[in-house]
Amino acid sequence: MDITSEKVGEALLVRVSGELDLDTARDFRARVDADLDRFGSHHLILDFAGVGFVDSSGLGAILGRYKRVAEKGGQVAICRPRDHVRRLLDLAGVMRIVRVYGSREQALIGVGQKEAAAGGDFR
Amino acid sequence: MNWMRLELPALPENVALVRVAVGSLAAQLDFTLADIEEIRVATSEAFSNAVLHAYPQSSPEQPGAVTVEARIDGGALEISVADRGVGIPDVDLARTAAYTTREDRMGLGFVFMETFMDEIAVRTAPGSGTRVVMRKRPAGGGLAKAGSEVAEARGTGGATGASGGTGVAGASGCGGER
Repeated sequence: MDITSEKVGEALLVRVSGELDLDTARDFRARVDADLDRFGSHHLILDFAGVGFVDSSGLGAILGRYKRVAEKGGQVAICRPRDHVRRLLDLAGVMRIVRVYGSREQALIGVGQKEAAAGGDFR
Repeated sequence: MNWMRLELPALPENVALVRVAVGSLAAQLDFTLADIEEIRVATSEAFSNAVLHAYPQSSPEQPGAVTVEARIDGGALEISVADRGVGIPDVDLARTAAYTTREDRMGLGFVFMETFMDEIAVRTAPGSGTRVVMRKRPAGGGLAKAGSEVAEARGTGGATGASGGTGVAGASGCGGER
């Protein structure tokens, strides 16, 4: 699993590549939590374009991050999930509380970072 | 007829190995790519359950063993995941959506196995271990069908909105890990 993060406005944009399961969820959790602290970000956007597999362990890790961010009043969004990952998010009910978007720009706007999205100042 | 048998330690790093092997065997049947993904998820859930629950007393240095078998027979796929661990005290309870004994889990493992496979049987006894057997036949059931049924029941017309799902994530007391 490969994870890269950057601060965009008040959001942490995290690009995830690989498979999110019982094994990799530990790294995902530790890395995202550390970067949320490091950047002091209010919102979290998970770019899942590179994620080929998610199971219930991965969903648990996503929901755990949601709880952490939501407790401080922030929002979590997921963008660009592949179709089968999106269907899993829907089936598990994750999409009731975490918005899913087709692009990073839409996700940034979704969490209230319209200016950052318009600036396009992210990789 | 084709089959495979893997015996491997109950370690998280083996989850990917198991689902890749089972998914590759499944690809020899006329499953859709969506079917294969569902089979990979169901396999991952069954093996993850064994890793998480079968051997609570074992250490990473001396993990218990899990045997994974997959078989193509009569045009269908059968997957068996078996351990010789502590067993499941109450199978019906364990199979309840959102039920989990661990705070960092969602209780979705059996839900996904039941949703993505045509049949599932669980045989378990205290101290003797657990065997989960799942079957799936090409062109039957699956996630797309389950999703559309959920959408129909809700009258939302598809699995694209923010309102589908089992509701597990939104239920109180089971919203993922800390």
